[in-house]
Amino acid sequence: MKLSVQGLNSHYGPAHILFDVALEVGEGEVVALLGRNGAGKSTTFRSIVGLVAQRSGRIVFGGRDVSDRPTHEIVRSGLGYVPEERRIFTDLSVEENLEVGRQPQRPNAPYWTCEKLFTLFPNLGEMRHRAGGRMSGGEQQMLTIARTLMGNPSLVLLDEPSEGLSPKIVEQMVAAIQTMKREGVSMIVSEQNLHFARLISDRAYIIERGRICFGGTMAELDARPDIRDAHLSL
Amino acid sequence: MAFYVAQFLTGLASAASLFLVASGLSIIFGVTRIVNFAHGAFYMLGAYVAFTLTEYFSGAFGFWGGIVAAALAVATLGVLVEIVLLRRIYHAPELFQLLATFGLTLMVEDLVVLIWGPSDLLGRRAPGFKGAVDFFGQSLPSYDLFLIVLGPAVLGILWLLFQRTRWGVLVRAATQDRDMVAALGVNQKWLFTSVFAVGVFLAALGGALQIPRDAVNHAMDLRIIVDVFVVVVIGGLGSIFGAFVAAVLVSELNAFGILIFPKISIILVFLVMAVVLIVRPWGLFGKREAPARRTPGLTVNPWRPLTSAERLAVCIALLAAAALPVIGGNYAVTVGSEIAIFVIFAISLHFLMAVGGLASFGHAAYFGLGAYGVAFLAKMAGLPMIACLLLGPLLGCLGAAVFGFFAVQLSGVYFAMLTLAFAQIVWSVAFQWVEVTGGDNGILGVWPERWASSPSHFYWLSLGIAALAAAGLRILVFSPFGFALRAMRDSPLRSEAVGINGKRVQWTAFVISGTVAGVAGALFAYLKGSVFPDNLGIPLSVDALVMVLLGGVETVSGGIVGAIVYKALNIWLVSQTDLSKLVLGGFIVLIVVAFPKGIVGTLEMIRHRHGGGSSEASSETRLMGSRIETAE
Ligand SMILES: Nc1ncnc2c1ncn2[C@@H]1O[C@H](COP(=O)(O)OP(=O)(O)OP(=O)(O)O)[C@@H](O)[C@H]1O
Ligand SMILES: [Mg+2]
Repeated sequence: MKLSVQGLNSHYGPAHILFDVALEVGEGEVVALLGRNGAGKSTTFRSIVGLVAQRSGRIVFGGRDVSDRPTHEIVRSGLGYVPEERRIFTDLSVEENLEVGRQPQRPNAPYWTCEKLFTLFPNLGEMRHRAGGRMSGGEQQMLTIARTLMGNPSLVLLDEPSEGLSPKIVEQMVAAIQTMKREGVSMIVSEQNLHFARLISDRAYIIERGRICFGGTMAELDARPDIRDAHLSL
Repeated sequence: MAFYVAQFLTGLASAASLFLVASGLSIIFGVTRIVNFAHGAFYMLGAYVAFTLTEYFSGAFGFWGGIVAAALAVATLGVLVEIVLLRRIYHAPELFQLLATFGLTLMVEDLVVLIWGPSDLLGRRAPGFKGAVDFFGQSLPSYDLFLIVLGPAVLGILWLLFQRTRWGVLVRAATQDRDMVAALGVNQKWLFTSVFAVGVFLAALGGALQIPRDAVNHAMDLRIIVDVFVVVVIGGLGSIFGAFVAAVLVSELNAFGILIFPKISIILVFLVMAVVLIVRPWGLFGKREAPARRTPGLTVNPWRPLTSAERLAVCIALLAAAALPVIGGNYAVTVGSEIAIFVIFAISLHFLMAVGGLASFGHAAYFGLGAYGVAFLAKMAGLPMIACLLLGPLLGCLGAAVFGFFAVQLSGVYFAMLTLAFAQIVWSVAFQWVEVTGGDNGILGVWPERWASSPSHFYWLSLGIAALAAAGLRILVFSPFGFALRAMRDSPLRSEAVGINGKRVQWTAFVISGTVAGVAGALFAYLKGSVFPDNLGIPLSVDALVMVLLGGVETVSGGIVGAIVYKALNIWLVSQTDLSKLVLGGFIVLIVVAFPKGIVGTLEMIRHRHGGGSSEASSETRLMGSRIETAE
């Protein structure tokens, strides 16, 4: 098992957001985390990488318990995080944004260089010196993913990569994620778009009001239209 | 002509150190969001340590090596401070950070006197730059020429550091979004520490480089920090290039201001700062900030009218206080008067901070102006005491109206820095304009008339005015004006949307608060029988802040309790030790780190923990608080 999360509970101040969330990701697997707006997808990711202060539960990554580790240590152990809001460094150029994400090579994960990432996202290669703030939404989305890959992660948490993108860019995104998978990067991809999720993932979890209410293969999900209709707005 | 060019070059030379210190402050602020008040102290330490090292090691190598070693040594001390103190308060409201670093400054001031003695120290001349260069008949110290070259050189080095190294890229990224940098696997802690080290190194280097030009003394920290605040307000906090341009601008204004207004040269700098603030409130090269993090104004227990039991308690407390002359001797009664006066001063600031959400770091300006107002009226116009007490505070009111107008254009740390700079300007005027203010000798012989001259009568007068002021400010809190002010504090955008003229409301609050502080100052002048520039000094401003903080900003009675406890403690402390600044500074640091809620807040928390029902209510208000924050 690449990542295993058990009994994850999170709070924002007095508000209880996640209730006993449990999920697992196998080596090289791509898993979708589906749910409506406000279901708790982003909070799940933020809790796993230690960005939510009040959380409890057990998070084992690569055989190591990282539940109480600070964010930078979790990330350095090979768990990459791509936030939903993108959070590009707008004053920094594309190359400098990538530099911030750069980490040493890791034995059990694919190794990425700027050049390799520019073949994965050709658009970025054409604007190496452009400031992050002067890029389109789609280009910024590619840059956040590339930036995280510079850390040579073995698992990536991708928060709504298709959100707000044009169909053409979404196609490129699908291709990029498939390449990443082929290179050996495991992923959890949060999505509201079931169609997109189906193109890239092996399995899916559905989260609703902070609780996991389904877990299984895509085929199993398709066999349960009742669950799909109750928890996903299509 | 040659004279003016020489004057210009002298200005450029002065800009070098100012730039070093200001850029250090800017770099630290950019990443850690802390305005490091102790930056002046590090500058001063740099000068002292360099003095010792260059005296000890001879020759050119000894001198230059000593300068660099001094800066490195002080930077190491900075690292220690960052690890031990600042790491604990990165998430505290900015007011606490300013106060904690100010506490450090106080401690360093006493330590420096303890180690190096109180008198000025004259350092060595720089080897190779001892002489003067003839410039069309004007002689220019060659060391000045060295400094003129040094400024741009350091600017260039910093530019390379930030553009061409991984460390620089990380720092620039963290300046924009430090949590994202952590989410990419960078250890924020060490990034912060290294940034702090670089910033302190620059400050200490600036101080060390001053020794061939100026005597080293234990007041240089406050002098530089005020100039640096002016520089970063003009140049834009966080911009190194802005720090450079503004340092040159301020130094030139000082160099030429001396020629135009020899007595009050600071006026020119003030005028330029005022213009910049009106045109670009975030500074020439700064970036417009997202609304600053709130100073602790969002109350856990919202203001509410007193219950009748509480009203009774207040009356009893007041009666008990009025009985002091019956039981205490003259000394106790005089101390009582002083405490009552400081209660007025503290509640004026507490009103501005708790209700207005505006933490003034220069509130003593209005206190002192009130005192000077009384002194002018009594000594020069010979008005009777009642008239003086009524009219004197108007000088504080006037000062608050002028400075407040500019100050409320800003918020958060900018507001704090600006109010501090204004107070320092008022102080310099009082200090330099000897013909009118008597300068350092002050104005003596401001005694109360017969009816108020006995200690007990004066005490009752002070106590009565304190009670009136407290009641008046409370009434104001519950007036429509008070509601508008609180609305501005909690969500400026929304209150402007419902038609509140936010700046006008805040300005009015500032003027009211300044006037009440002026009333305290007016009484103080009569209590002491004299007025000195110290009555407007930064230490007094900080006393006021500490009183409010000690009592608890978020509490209703915080100002009163804080003033009583702090003033009593202070009077006692000064009579016990020569190192009162060291103790006081340590005390400030301690309350910021250990009791950020103050006395009243801590008591309330303890009470809440024991009574179940009320704690639920407060968690509900906290929930509301977090909702308000997310909504913005
Ligand atoms: N900083 C915060 N403070 C308080 N509550 C929050 C905060 N962030 C999110 N929430 C709440 O937590 C719940 C889960 O939010 P989360 O962002 O995890 O949902 P999501 O599934 O990612 O939704 P979306 O599809 O809109 O991104 C929501 O009810 C939201 O209102
Ligand atoms: Mg989300």
